[in-house]
Parts: sequence; C-alpha cells; structure tokens
Amino acid sequence: MKHIAWIILAIIGAIALGVTATARGEQINALWIVVAAISSFMVAYRYYALYIAQHVMRLSPDRPTPAVYRADGLDYVATDRRVLFGHHFAAIAGAGPLVGPVLAAQMGYLPGTLWIIFGVVLAGAVQDFMVLFVSMRRDGKSLGELVRMEMGPVAGTIALIGTFMIMVIILAVLALIVVKALAESPWGLFTVAMTIPLALAMGIYTRWIRPGRIGEVSVLGFIGLILAIIFGQNVAASPIWGPIFTLTPTQLCWLLIGYGGVASVLPVWLLLAPRDYLSTFLKIGAIAALAIGIFIMAPPLKMPALTQFIDGGGPVWSGGLFPFLFITIACGAVSGFHALISSGTTPKLIGSEMDAPFIGYGGMLMEAFVAIMALVGASILDPGIYFAMNSPAALLGTSPESAAAAVTAMGFPIAPELLAQTAKDVGEHSIISRTGGAPTLAVAMAEIFSHVVGGPAMKAFWYHFAILFEALFILTAVDAGTRAGRFMLQDLIGLAVPSFRNSSALVPGLIATALCVSAWGFFLYQGVTDPLGGVNTLWPVFGISNQMLAAIALMLCTVVLFRLKRERFAWVTVVPTIWLLICTLSAGWLKLFSADPKVSFLAHAQLFSDAAARGELLAPAKTMAEMQRIIFNDRVDAALCVLFLAVVLSLMAFTVRTCIQARRSPVPTAREIHPDIPEMEMAR
Amino acid sequence: MKGFFTRWAEMMRLMVGQPHYESYVQHMARHHPDRTPMNRTEFFRNREQARYGGKGSGRCC
Repeated sequence: MKHIAWIILAIIGAIALGVTATARGEQINALWIVVAAISSFMVAYRYYALYIAQHVMRLSPDRPTPAVYRADGLDYVATDRRVLFGHHFAAIAGAGPLVGPVLAAQMGYLPGTLWIIFGVVLAGAVQDFMVLFVSMRRDGKSLGELVRMEMGPVAGTIALIGTFMIMVIILAVLALIVVKALAESPWGLFTVAMTIPLALAMGIYTRWIRPGRIGEVSVLGFIGLILAIIFGQNVAASPIWGPIFTLTPTQLCWLLIGYGGVASVLPVWLLLAPRDYLSTFLKIGAIAALAIGIFIMAPPLKMPALTQFIDGGGPVWSGGLFPFLFITIACGAVSGFHALISSGTTPKLIGSEMDAPFIGYGGMLMEAFVAIMALVGASILDPGIYFAMNSPAALLGTSPESAAAAVTAMGFPIAPELLAQTAKDVGEHSIISRTGGAPTLAVAMAEIFSHVVGGPAMKAFWYHFAILFEALFILTAVDAGTRAGRFMLQDLIGLAVPSFRNSSALVPGLIATALCVSAWGFFLYQGVTDPLGGVNTLWPVFGISNQMLAAIALMLCTVVLFRLKRERFAWVTVVPTIWLLICTLSAGWLKLFSADPKVSFLAHAQLFSDAAARGELLAPAKTMAEMQRIIFNDRVDAALCVLFLAVVLSLMAFTVRTCIQARRSPVPTAREIHPDIPEMEMAR
Repeated sequence: MKGFFTRWAEMMRLMVGQPHYESYVQHMARHHPDRTPMNRTEFFRNREQARYGGKGSGRCC
C-alpha cells in the first residue's frame, strides 16, 4: 500500500502536535514543534494539494502554460521546477514570516504554532496555489488585471487602491522595524550603513568591470559584509566614531525617509540590484543555517505554551487572541501579498501545469516553516528577556533594574543582572524595549548560531550578523517597494490625468515618488514617535490590510470557480475567505469601536481629546501640540481602517454578485486564455 | 553531480531575476533565426532592468 508511509507520517505528526498542545508546566523540546509542522505540511501537500490539483483545478499535463506558448527566452521561460521553486520562495519569503511569529509569542508558543500549521494548510498555501492557477491560465496576468477580467473594471480599480495603501503600510512597518533595531546601536548602524558603499562598489563592478558575474560579485560583497561586522565593533567602541553612529529613532527615521527617496530614483544597477543579490543570498543562507542550527541544538522552549495575555492586555501588542493573533501572524500562515507574486513572474516561468502544486502550495509551506522557526527562536529565550525586549519603554523604564522589576511583576521573574549581561553578550548598550521583533530574533539566532559555531565569544558577532541580514532585505524591500508604489500611483493618478501614466517621464515620476515616500514616511514618523513603540499601532494595521488582500485574492479565486461552473468545489476557497473576513472585519471593527483605548484608535483619540478639552496633558504628551498630534494620528489610523473595511466590503459585494450571475449562466463564463485561440471566451 | 551544481547556480541566478542565457539563445535560434540574439551582457542588462526598473517589484514583505 502506497499510503502506509503517509499514514505513519501522519501519526508521527499527530503525536508531535499532541505533545506540543498538551505540555503544561514542563518544558518541551523545540523539535516537537518542528516535527509536528513538517509532518503536517508533508501530509497536506501529498493529499490536500493533490486533491485541489486534480478535482478543483483539473490541471492537465497536456495543456501548454504561458511559458510554453508565449516562450520568448526572457519573461516567458519554461523552467525546471526545482529552479523555479527557489525563485518563487525567494520572492515570497521576507521579513514578515520572521517578525509576526516573534510578536505572537507573547501569548505563548501554542496559539502561534497552531495558527501557522492550520492557517497555511487550509488558507495560505491554498491562496498562493489558486492565484497561481488563475494567473497561469490567463497569460500570467497580475492580480489587478485578473480582478478586472473576472469581476469588472470598478472592482479592479478598488483592488488597485487597496493594494497601494497596503504597500504604504508595509513599507512603513518594515522601515519602523529597521529603525527600532538600529537606533542607539552604533555597531548595527555602522554595518548596515556600510552596505550602501559596498553595494555601490558591486554595482560598478557588474556594470563595467565584470558584467553579469553575479556569483563573483556576491562573494566579494559577502566578504565585505563580514569585514563590516567585525570592524563595526571597533567603530562602536571608538570615542569619535561611536557617537556619530549612535542615532536616536527620530534621526534614523529622517535618514531612512531621505534614503528611500534618493535610492528609488537612482539607476537600478547602481544600488538596488547589487544589494538585492546580497540580501537574497544572505536570506536564503541564514534561513538554511537557522534550520540546521535548530536541529543541532534541539533547544528546550522556555516560553510557556500559553501566557495570561491570551485574554488581551499584553505589552507587545493589544487585544485578545481572537481576532488579533490571526492578524499578527499574517505572513507564514496566510499572506495576501503573495497573491501579487503568484500572479507576477512565477506563472510566466512555470513549464507544466503539473508543477503548480509544488511551486504554489509547496512554496508557501516552506515559508510557514520559516515562520515556525521564528516562533521557536522567540520561544527558546527566557520569557523575562523576551518581555523586556518587546514591551514599550513607557512600561519598563530604561534601566535594567526598572525593566526587571516590571517584567517580574508581569509574572516572568528575571534578574536585572541577566538583562545587563545579555546586552553585553550581544555587544549592545541595552536590550530593553528593543521592539519590532528583529532584535529578539537576532538574540535567538545568536543563541543558536553560537551554540553551533564559536561559542559565547561569537554571540555579539552573530547578533549583528542577524540584524544585518534582516535590515538588509528590509532596506531592499523599502527601495523596491517605493519604486513599485510609484508606478501604482502613476497608474491610479493616470485614471484622472492620463499624462501621468507615462512611466518614463521625469516630472510625474518624481511627483509620484515624492507622494509615495511621504505616505510611508508619515506612518513611519508616527510610529517612531509613538510612546507605545509604534509596532503596537502599525503592526495590527499591517496585519489587517495584508489579510484583507488575502481575502480579496481568495474571493477572486471563488469567483473563478463559480464561473468555471465548479461551485461544488468552491468551499476550498470559501472556507478560508470566510475565516479571513471574520478575523479582519472584527479586528477592524475593534480597532475603530472597541471601548478599550489601548485597542481602539477612536477611543484613544476620544480619551486624549477629552483631556485636551479639560486642559490636561496625558502621558506621554508633554505639550498641547503633542496631544493634538496624537489625536490626529489616531484619526488617520482610524480612517485607514475604514478605507480597508470599505475596500473589502465592496469587493465582497462584487464577489457575491458575480457568483450569482455565474450560477444563473448555463455555461462556464470564466475567461481563461486559451493558447491556440487567444482571448477567447472559454466555453467548455 | 555536475547537473546538481549547474542547476543550483541556475536557481541562484533566477532568484535575483536572471533567467538562463543559453536557453534564451536556443529559443532565438529555433524561433527567430533571422534576428541576432543579445549578447550575454546585453541580456544581463535587459533582465536587470526588467526586474528592478519595471512595474513588478517581485518580492514580498
């Protein structure tokens, strides 16, 4: 029986999941989680992905893909599936799956683990796979074009506006993570700053000295990075250079906004492309090393399975387990942004329809595995250290003593000496309130890597290596995202002012770039100056927007199934759509109308405006102007939530309408593009 | 083993948006024998601009 091995694997997975879920009081080994995840993923891939491929999509090895019938050797290339898997995975996995699970660890390791495993199998991987299918059958068109094709031009424009706003929030939150990781950290800032001259040198090398030698130039760049990390220690210790690279969050914020503006109008070969080589290869290498390190070290989980914060009131982010856990871990469980990748380059490179499960479903499972590793990383740290790093300074104070007292009072006893010693081990002045997830993960990676290579003496090196790796690909994303946002904006403004569309014209390009940078810069500045740490405010908005994009993508797939007259299989996309709509709509609703000012933007604005009316100042505001700014920011965030809700609700209406129309039609109405008769309405 | 290494190198290059040059040359020879294919450097530049300068940003958060 060919199923026996799979049944054994399923039993192993069930046992591991059972151990993970039922352990209380005693520490369990991290490998239980890893084994539970891997076996669940493999069984899901073998059975669920195959079911979707055979029955829902009816993939056919005989049907040519765009890479075959439109082959041009450039954009459309039939590619070996293993090679394409690497391409697709490198495109979907970024900072999201690393940060979300770290933040979610405030509720213990169990809720995050379960959500990642079940979320990816039933929602995230299904979304990536389905969008890939829909795009692959339509010349590899993009998500916006697909919505327009299947749901009409109005729905397409609404989706485009929503996507642009999501982009803005993602850029702001990513930039905020970099600011939080590099502020007051001369060693970290120096190494990250060095990547700019390094990338410029690499750009010149690939332009004029040895064009196209990516491997060569990347090795040279990597050596430069390692030297920058080693030398960074001396820079940080230097009485002259140390203070120059010690910047406040606000200073860094302005630097980053300026950098985003300049970098996104430079020629791509000069800065963006070479740094993308470094960040991509470093990302893949670091993820592989982390996996190997976890297997070798097999660390015990020090975080409890559940903490008291599942009812809400946690210091890292506000709100209870439902719905906020499900928007805190977006990437890794289900990420709407992947819909843009699955309808981007990947469908143009896929050589056979039969490769789609491996690329679409399998690629997302791989990202979920990265998320599991990040969760493991956060959970092997002493919970006292975790909460001292991730709680806002307003709660902890700034000294190890005050932080240790505050965290001990939360129920996670820790000595101030341990906080000071941990900071010293990783070569930082302080680890208190280094929110944003990246520093926490870097401490965990330093723990794991130094266990395997170099021992405690190497901890500081590995910490800064991890910070560098995260900051590097976030900066690449900021730069590339600003460019992409600029083109989206030019398209949108072009709807009203057609001359704006010209993407090679200088003035519209500069205006759109400036608008895009000021949009994310606004939210970044707001986050940086937020007394609660900013991540607290921005991450939920990011999570809501990303999950809403996922809901939109899944609604598109549902429409396509209805228009293919396969509505009896539509539960495959309808179930995750409904779950995402429940989570995002209720989270959005609570962000607007909850009575708790820690959760709701409007309640928070009300609290401050009432106090302002009485002439009182509420901490952290020190002047009336600051009070007004806090109120204004709250209202902007609330308006953004309203916008996201409006986008998703209107697309939901379009979805229902289109599905009803499709049911009434006696023949399939899906507009698949057939290789032989392009743009023909398929009536099979 | 050689197959593994070449495929690995091909994967690393495609991760940063550089497709296989030889496949492109083959494609041009088979379908457009009348046209001169781009040389390796031109091909590299063309793909670099397509990945970074165009509309698709090609990566996620």
